[in-house]
Amino acid sequence: MIEVVGLTKKYGQRVAIDDISFNVNKGEIVGFLGSNGAGKSSTMNILTGYISATSGKVKIDGIDILEEPIKAKKKIGYLPETPPLYMDMKVSEYLDFVFELKKVKQDKKSHLDEICELVKITDVKDRVIKNLSKGYKQRVGLAQALIGSPELLILDEPTVGLDPKQIIEIRNLVKKLGESHTVILSSHILSEIQAVCDKVIIINKGKIVANEKTENLSNIISADSRILLDIIGNQDEIYQVISGLDEVESVEKLNNINNINNIDEIYSFSIKSKNGVDIRKIISKAVVDAGSIIIGLRLSGFSLEDIFLKLTDSKSDQDFDQDQDQDIFLSNQEKEKIKKTLVDIKDKVIDNLSRIDVDDIELEKFKIKKNNIEGDE
Amino acid sequence: MWAIFKREIKAYFLSSIGYIFLSVFYLFSGYFFYATSIMAGRADLKYVFSNLLVILIFLLPMLTMKLMSEDKKLKTDQLLLTSPVNLFSVVFGKFLAALTTLFFGVLIMFVFAGVLCFLATSFDWIIFLCNVLGLLLLGSALISIGIFISSLTENQVISVISSCAVILLLFFIDGISATINMNFISKALSSLSIIRPYNEFTYGLFSLPNIVLFFSFTIVFLFLTARVLEKKRWAS
Repeated sequence: MIEVVGLTKKYGQRVAIDDISFNVNKGEIVGFLGSNGAGKSSTMNILTGYISATSGKVKIDGIDILEEPIKAKKKIGYLPETPPLYMDMKVSEYLDFVFELKKVKQDKKSHLDEICELVKITDVKDRVIKNLSKGYKQRVGLAQALIGSPELLILDEPTVGLDPKQIIEIRNLVKKLGESHTVILSSHILSEIQAVCDKVIIINKGKIVANEKTENLSNIISADSRILLDIIGNQDEIYQVISGLDEVESVEKLNNINNINNIDEIYSFSIKSKNGVDIRKIISKAVVDAGSIIIGLRLSGFSLEDIFLKLTDSKSDQDFDQDQDQDIFLSNQEKEKIKKTLVDIKDKVIDNLSRIDVDDIELEKFKIKKNNIEGDE
Repeated sequence: MWAIFKREIKAYFLSSIGYIFLSVFYLFSGYFFYATSIMAGRADLKYVFSNLLVILIFLLPMLTMKLMSEDKKLKTDQLLLTSPVNLFSVVFGKFLAALTTLFFGVLIMFVFAGVLCFLATSFDWIIFLCNVLGLLLLGSALISIGIFISSLTENQVISVISSCAVILLLFFIDGISATINMNFISKALSSLSIIRPYNEFTYGLFSLPNIVLFFSFTIVFLFLTARVLEKKRWAS
């Protein structure tokens, strides 16, 4: 569907996109991942013919975007980073305008009704766009891209600035659209790409650092994944039992965690299996047979975050700003979420403290812990 | 093109710009009509037309100021430039919208003409129509200049002030060219004048070179505007 060969874009001396090439097949949902300023939007603007490349070729369904722009643009629906909305128009007027602008040859009413239904804007059709919420504006932008039933949808950060509920709705919508369209989606939020896309293209500093199927990416480093085990029982005995298993490559004792009631000591282990195979069943059986209780057992697989960090760290030749790193992984909403969770945990700890009958020394211990949590926040 | 034309016409009358333009236009043309035709007892609209020119210098940039710059600012140019349309038709649609709004203003002249026709013993419709044609041709030249300037900036204030300045310069170009001693320069400058040909129209002179002049002015600036849009794609 899309064929990009040797694409380069320079803004003066600055190289925004540096000789990138990739293909997108029909029906795929491809995620474009990269930090702000990595070259995502520039690439998308070139794909849609909004700006031209300094060098390189872009073919949409075999049609060169520069040689036959009108023919190629007919195949593309584009939602730029800022939805291109005329704020003074009503939603229905705006969609009419786009319909006529794109010279769509379908039946106008049924086509627009269908799109409004799909992106759920039927109830705001008669409202002026500038009065809509950001989520609705984004949907109207998406509706605009869908007009004319283009085969290819290019969506530049479609969920940016939306609240968590709207993000999920838009993601589901994109997934649904992916059933009948080829979709390219950009984002700097990795979980989004992981949730929606079949394939991920990771861009850093204008270069492609990875172009893989989403599941392959996780597999790349799954050999490094570990199993985390929490038990109540005899630490040394369990250590012996686990390290004695054939499938286990190495075991590491982790720091003990005191559980809240402080009745039993919980011991944690980090286990690395041979070839990264999931051996949780085997471990579970072995631990129970040895007479200990399993409190927790989970895979600490690498998420896209880790992969991204790994790829950009190892492949970028220049220093990678640590602060920027953080921003790549956490959107503001995600930060808010984490903060909220922390506060909830703190409240629960305090709540528990008041219920449990503990002696003064224990109380001191918990107070210190509580202060630590607050300090971390 | 028609989609853009319709949208811009709507935009004029959804905002206050269209109404302000028309009311100022009607107000001044009404005053000129009263002062130079009724009071002066003339059975023609010659002075109404020639005085309107001064008003248009300030009014037309108001119509064109946001035509291109607003798209840049709101990023709606991303929609226009990634839609399967030709750039010139985008510009032409916007131009037609401004010209049509001007035409709504000019319609009042037909009312004045009707009044004169009723009051005076004779009224020369040919000269009148020639005047209307001249006004619309001059208007389209000035609109195309305004659109071109609007395409160069995101800022409507810069757009409106520079358009006024350029149009004023054209207004004074006859005077400027007269002060220059070098013959070829002064000739070149005076050939850019759009006031002289307009005045010829107000006398009822229907001359082909004048029509060609206004037409070429319009086409050149619309073409340049389309190139400005295109340049955005190539800018590095």
